[in-house]
Amino acid sequence: MVLPALLQPNSRLGSRMSKQQHYRTPLRLPDNVVEVKSKFEAEYRRFALKRNSPGDFQEFYRLLQTIHHIPGVDVLLGYADVHGDLLPINNDDNFLKAVSLASPLLRIIISKKEDEPGVFATNSLQRRKKGLGLTGLRTTVSGSAHSKNKPGLMIGLPQNFRQISSIIDVDILPETHRRVRLHKHGTNKPLGFYIRDGVSVRVTPQGVEKVPGVFISRLVRGGLAESTGLLGVNDEILEVNGIDVTGKSLDQVTDMMVANSHNLIVTVKPANQRNNVVHRGSKTSVGNCGSVGSVGSTGSTLSHDSPSPASQSNPITASNSIAEGDSDNEDDDRDLILENDCLTPFDSHHITNSNNTNLYDRDSPTSILHSTTVRTPLPQSISLPNSVGASLSDNSTTMSTLNGNTASSSHENMREDGNIITL
Amino acid sequence: MRRFRRHGHESQRDRLKQELFHFNKTVEHGFPHQPSALGYSPSLQLLAIGNRSGAIKLYGAPGVEFMGLHDENAAVTQVHFLPHQVELVTLLDDNSLHMWTLRAHKGLSELLEIGRFMLTGPPGAPPSVTRVTAVLAHSSGELLLLGTEGGHVFVVEVPGFRELEERNISLDQVSNRLVTSAQHTNLEHVEALQENPVNPNQVVIGYGRGLMIIWDLEKQRAIQHIPATQQLESVWWTEDGSYILSSHSDGSYCRWMVGAEDVNEEEEKSDIPYGHFPCKAISKIVQLPTEKGPPFLLFSGGMPRASYGDRHCITVIQNKTQVALDLTSRIIDFFVIRDGPKHTDPSALVVLVEEELVVIDLQTEGWPVIQTPYLVPLHSSAITCSHHISTIPIKLWERVIAAGELQNTHYSKKPWPITGGQNLAPDPPQRDLLLTGHEDGTVCFWDASGVCLYPMYKLSTAAVFHTDADPNDNMNQGTEGEWPPFRKVGCFDPYSDDPRLGIQKIHLCKYSGYLTVAGTAGQILVLELNDEAAEQTVEAKVVDLLQGQEGFRWKGHTRLDVREEPVLFPPGFQPFALVQCQPPAVVTALTLHSEWKLVAFGTSHGFGLYDYQQKNNVLIKCTLNPSDQLAMEGPLSRVKSIKKSLRQSFRRMRRSRVSLRKHHVNNAAKAELAEMELAPVQRKIEARSSDDSFTGLVRTLYFADTFLSDSSHNTPSLWAGTNGGCVFAFMLRLPPVEHRADEPVTAQPAKEIQLMHRAPVVGIVVLDGHGAPLPEPLEVAHDLARSPDLQGSHHLLVISEEQFKVFTLPKVSAKMKLKLTAVDGSRVRRVGVAWFGSSRSEDYGESGLVVLTNQGDLHVVSLPGVKMQVQYPCIRREDVSGIASCVFTKHGQGFYLISPSEFERFSLSTRHVVEPRCLVEVPLHSDNSTKHRPLHDGFSSAHGCVPSVCLSQCCRYLVVCRLSDCLCFLPEVLQEIQKSLEGDQTHVAGLKRTSFIGSFTEILFLT
Repeated sequence: MVLPALLQPNSRLGSRMSKQQHYRTPLRLPDNVVEVKSKFEAEYRRFALKRNSPGDFQEFYRLLQTIHHIPGVDVLLGYADVHGDLLPINNDDNFLKAVSLASPLLRIIISKKEDEPGVFATNSLQRRKKGLGLTGLRTTVSGSAHSKNKPGLMIGLPQNFRQISSIIDVDILPETHRRVRLHKHGTNKPLGFYIRDGVSVRVTPQGVEKVPGVFISRLVRGGLAESTGLLGVNDEILEVNGIDVTGKSLDQVTDMMVANSHNLIVTVKPANQRNNVVHRGSKTSVGNCGSVGSVGSTGSTLSHDSPSPASQSNPITASNSIAEGDSDNEDDDRDLILENDCLTPFDSHHITNSNNTNLYDRDSPTSILHSTTVRTPLPQSISLPNSVGASLSDNSTTMSTLNGNTASSSHENMREDGNIITL
Repeated sequence: MRRFRRHGHESQRDRLKQELFHFNKTVEHGFPHQPSALGYSPSLQLLAIGNRSGAIKLYGAPGVEFMGLHDENAAVTQVHFLPHQVELVTLLDDNSLHMWTLRAHKGLSELLEIGRFMLTGPPGAPPSVTRVTAVLAHSSGELLLLGTEGGHVFVVEVPGFRELEERNISLDQVSNRLVTSAQHTNLEHVEALQENPVNPNQVVIGYGRGLMIIWDLEKQRAIQHIPATQQLESVWWTEDGSYILSSHSDGSYCRWMVGAEDVNEEEEKSDIPYGHFPCKAISKIVQLPTEKGPPFLLFSGGMPRASYGDRHCITVIQNKTQVALDLTSRIIDFFVIRDGPKHTDPSALVVLVEEELVVIDLQTEGWPVIQTPYLVPLHSSAITCSHHISTIPIKLWERVIAAGELQNTHYSKKPWPITGGQNLAPDPPQRDLLLTGHEDGTVCFWDASGVCLYPMYKLSTAAVFHTDADPNDNMNQGTEGEWPPFRKVGCFDPYSDDPRLGIQKIHLCKYSGYLTVAGTAGQILVLELNDEAAEQTVEAKVVDLLQGQEGFRWKGHTRLDVREEPVLFPPGFQPFALVQCQPPAVVTALTLHSEWKLVAFGTSHGFGLYDYQQKNNVLIKCTLNPSDQLAMEGPLSRVKSIKKSLRQSFRRMRRSRVSLRKHHVNNAAKAELAEMELAPVQRKIEARSSDDSFTGLVRTLYFADTFLSDSSHNTPSLWAGTNGGCVFAFMLRLPPVEHRADEPVTAQPAKEIQLMHRAPVVGIVVLDGHGAPLPEPLEVAHDLARSPDLQGSHHLLVISEEQFKVFTLPKVSAKMKLKLTAVDGSRVRRVGVAWFGSSRSEDYGESGLVVLTNQGDLHVVSLPGVKMQVQYPCIRREDVSGIASCVFTKHGQGFYLISPSEFERFSLSTRHVVEPRCLVEVPLHSDNSTKHRPLHDGFSSAHGCVPSVCLSQCCRYLVVCRLSDCLCFLPEVLQEIQKSLEGDQTHVAGLKRTSFIGSFTEILFLT
C-alpha cells in the first residue's frame, strides 16, 4: 500500500521521507531500519520502518490500521519504552521519539478507543479548531475517506507521563525555602547544573553574619534542572536529600548530590523569591502549588508521604524519613544482576566477547523490565517470550546458529542479534 | 516497651564498642621530614633531631623514642642537651628558646615542654641585638650562654630561664680591650661559643669576622684575644684545653695555642686541606684524641669550589688515613660518639644529612657504615605503594632475614652505638611485615612488628628488564690516588632509571613464600623465595587485554624490554614468571592465590587470570567501554589538560591577589570569603553514566571459594570490581591436584552485577555462614584460621566508594546496605578487613571493615550487619597523598605517609597497639652540680633533683611530693626512701589508694 500522506508539502518530514518503505519484515535488518512489532487485541504484526525517515504520526496511524485490517476503528497507540513503561503515541513528536528510542525493536500496543474511556480529552476536536494543536499535528490530508478518523490533538492523562520533578514538603518548610525533587531515572536528560562556593548571609541574634554556603552556579541548557524551572542560578543549597550541607565542603556536597542523583531532593533558598508561595492552604492547594511549573506533576500523590504533623516541627527529621523511605523503595534491588545462565562461557574468540558485552548492554533494560513488571503499567498483553532467563538459557545454541547465519555480518549486526536473543 | 528494650541493647553495644575500638596515633616510623637541627647527650646517650615544622624527636636504644611538637610552627635551628641532665633546650627560627624535659610518669618517660623564653633587649634596640645565633649549654647545667647577632652574649639561668644581666658579656666590654682598633668597628655576630673542657670558667667566643676571645666567666674579663682574619665558621676547643681550632669560610682551619695572658698573634698552624684552588667553607671542625695513637680530625665541607663544590662531604683524618665521606644530601650536623674506659675514644661518627642519618664505625678498619635500626630513609627511592602482612610464620621470617643478611655484608658488625634509655615495651605478639614498593622497581621488606621499622630485605625487579642504566655505573667509586679521597656513603637515591619500573601493587602469600608484584608498565612478576642464588631466564607472556577491540591507539609508554638471556638472581625472592599487559597501562589491581597457583591482575582496560604453575593465561576479560577514549590513550594525552588547568589556576591566583589588594581586607576569614567570591570553583552535578571515563578500570580483584552456582556446591571463583560500579564473577574449574600441572584451569563467567549508583567498586569480600570473612588461602591448611562455615549461606559484600552492600549467594539479591556518600558526602578511599579483640575478655572479638574516607576520617563498619560503629578524624582532608598511602593491618592498625619519608602508625584496636614505652633515667653523675641547685615548689621540678628520677613504677608523685615537702632534700635520704618504697610495692599501692580516697572525699565535701 502506498500512503497518500507521502507528499505533504508542509509536513516537516515529508520532504525527507523516502519513496519506498519496507512493509515486509526482512530476516536480517540493515542498520538503518527499525523493526516494529505491533499488537492489536490478540494479533501481532511485524514490519519495519526507516530509522531516518519514519514519516509522521498520521501516516503511521493509518499504516497500522491497514496492517491490522481495522480501517475506521478509532484506536489509541502506545509503545513500550526502554524502561518497560507504556507511553502513548499521539503526535509527531512522541512518534519520532518512540522510533528513535527503539533499540532495535519498537513494540506498539494498539487498543480501541472505547476500551479506555477518558484517555483522550472529550473535546479534543474543539480544541483543535481553536488552533491549539501543534503545527506538526495538523493533518492536511484532503479528500480522505476517513475524515471522521482524523485524530485531533491527543493529550494523555498525567499517568501517561513520567514525572521528572516536583516541589515537596511545602507545608513544613519555611516560605523562603523550596524543596525540589528531580527524578533522574527514566529520562535521558542530564541533571544539568553546577554548584559553587559562595557567601550566604544569615540573620543571627548578633546581627547579620556572613557564612560560607553552596550555590547553584550554572544551569545546563536542556538539562533536567533547567527544564523544571524550579532551580535557578544563585539559589542557595541548604539540604541534599534531607541532610543539612552547612559546614560541608563543595566537594562533599557534590559527592552527596551525585550519590543521590537517581532521586535527588534539594532544598534551596531561591535567589528569586518572587515566585514563592505566599500563603499556605489546605492539602489540595498544596497539591496545586506543587504542580505549578512542574510538568504533569501530581503533587497530591507525592505529598502523601510528607509525614505526620508531629514531624512538621522538625523539618530535618521529616525529610530524613522521606529520603530514606523513598530511597529504600526506589533504588533497592535496582542493581542489574546477570546470573550465570545468562552469560556465555569464556572463550578467547573475540566474537563471543563482543556478544558478551552486547548482552550486557542490551540486557539492562530487559532485566529492569522483567523485574518491574509488577509495578509498571505494562499490560500483560506484551508477551515476553517465556521469561528472560528462560529465553537466555539456551542462548548458547541460539547464538551459535545465529553466528552461523551471520558469519559475514558486521559488528553492528551482531549487536542486534544479541538483542533478539535477550528478548 | 520495644523502644525501651532497644535502648538497653544500644547501651550494651556502646560499652562493647568501647572495649573493641580505640583510636590513637602511636608512633612515627622513618626519617623526619626536613630535619634542621641535631643534638646529642653523651650522658643520656640520646640523639635529638629537630625539623623545619617544629617537631623534636629523641632517639636512644632501638625502641626508645620520644616526640614533641612546638606550638609555634617554626623550624628548630638548634638543639642542646643540658649536660648530665634530662633537659634539653631548643632554639627556633622565631628566636624563641624552649626547655624540654623527659619526665617519668607511671614508670614511663614522656617528653614535655616545661618552659619557653625570648631574649628581651633594651628598649629601642634593633631586633638583631637579641637574635640568638649561638647557644652554649654550660657544663654546670645551670647556665645558658646565648650569643646574638648583635655580638652580645647573654647569660641565662636554666631551667627557669632567668636572665643574669650582671654576667652578660656585651660588645663594649670585649671591644674596649681590643688592642687593634681595626676590628673595633664591627665584630659581627657571635658565631661560636665553646667551653674549655678542663676549666668550665673559660669560654671562647668566636665572632663572625674571625676574632675569638677567651672569656673568664668568674672574673668577668677577657683572657686572650685570637685575631683570626677569615670569616669564622666554627670553633673547637681540644680535649686537653691547650688548643683552639677554628674553621673558616675560605676552606681553611687554624690551630691556636691557648697560652698565657699575653695575646698570641701568631696562629700555631694553618691549613687549607683541599687547597690550591678556592675552597668552600669548613662549617664544623672537631678534633678528638684517642686513648693511644694519633687524634681524629673531622670536618665538614672544605671542598674545592669549582670541581667538587656540589658535594656534601665530611672528611675524617687519622694518622695517614684520610677519607672524604661523600653524602647523599646536604649535611645538617654531625657529632662523634666516644667510648672506651674513659669515654674518650671516638667510636662512631653520626652524620645527619637532609634525607638520612649515617653512622660510621670509626674503630673498625675501613670505617664501615653501621646499619641504623631506626630513622631509615623509607624514601631512598620514592614510595609508590605499600602492603602489610600480619602474623608471618617464623619459617618465612627467618628466610627473609637470612636473605637480607646476605645483602648487608658491607655493614659494620658493631652494635648500634646510641643506647640511651630502656625499652619497656613488651615484645611484639606477632611478626608483621610491611612491604613498600618504590619508583625504581625495588620492594623493601620492613619489620613492622614493633616501634622500630627495621629494614629486613630489599628486592629489586630491575634485573629482569633492560634499562638505560648500566648496573656497574656507580660502583667504580674511589679509584686509587683520587683526590679528594671520596667514599660514597648513604642509601638515599631518588633518581629512578626508568619510571616504568615503579611498583604499583604487591601481594605476598606468607605461607608459601610466593610474591607477586606489578608495575607501571603493566608488568606482573611472580617470585618465589629461594635460599640459593640461581641463574634463570624469566619467561614473559604478553596478554592482550583489549581482546581485539578496535579503533583505539595507546599513546602511553611502551612495554619494558625483557632480558632474554639468563640472569643471576641472588638468594631471596627470585622471579620465575612474567606477564606483560598490552596495552602496557599501570596495573591497578592484583591478587594471588597460592593454593590454586593463580594470579589475577587488572588494568584500566580489563583483567586477566594467570596460572603460574602452567605459565599460561586462563582468562582475559576486557572491561573497556568502547566510548572511553581517555583510558585508551594512556597517560601522555592528559598532559595538555594539565597544562590547561595549571593556566587556569594561575589565572585564578592572580585574580584573587588583585582582589585582595583592592579590598585591603585584614581579617583572614574575610579574605577567604572574598577569595571565594572572586574565584568561584564550580562542580558539575551529574549522575554517573556508563560513558564516563575509566569506567572499565579494574579496582579490585578477589579470590573466593564460595557458592556461585547453587547452594550445595562451593567452587573456586574470581571476582573483579570496576570503576564503573560493575562486578564480574567467574567460576573457576581447577583440575585435581595430581593433574594440576597438565590439565588446564578454566574460567567461566558466572555473574555480573552493575551497581545502579555506578560508583567505583573498591572492595569485594565474601562472608561465610557465620558472617565472618573467608580466610586467606592456605590459612586453614596451616591451622591458623577456623575453616569457613560452608553450611550456612554465604554473602557477598561489595564495597563501592559510596556504599556498602550485602548480597545473598548464590542467587544474587541485595540484602543490606549502608550508604556513606549520600549521607555525609564522604567517599571510601581505603578499605580493609580487620579483627578486633575485646580489651576485657580474652576470647571475644569480631571482624569489622576499616574504612578511610576522602575526608580523612576512619570508620569501622560491623560485619556482616554493615552498621557504622565508630568514626575518628585521622588525616587532614587536604593531605591527598597521605590518604592514598594508607594501608591497614589485619588487627586494626594502619600506616600512612605523613611526609615522603615518614609513616605514621595508628591503631583502632584496644588490643593491638604498638607504641613506644620507654624510660630514661638521669645519669648518676659524680659532679656536684645538682647539690646546690635550689628546689622549686611543686612536683613539676621535684624530680629534677632526685638523683634517680625513676622512683617507682607507680604513684611517684603522690609519695614524692609529700616526702619532699617534709624532709630535708638530701639525695641520700630520698634514695633510701625510694628503695624502701620499691621494696614494698603493696604499701605504695595502698598509699596511693588511700590518698585517692582522701582526695575523693575532699571533693565530695567541696561539692
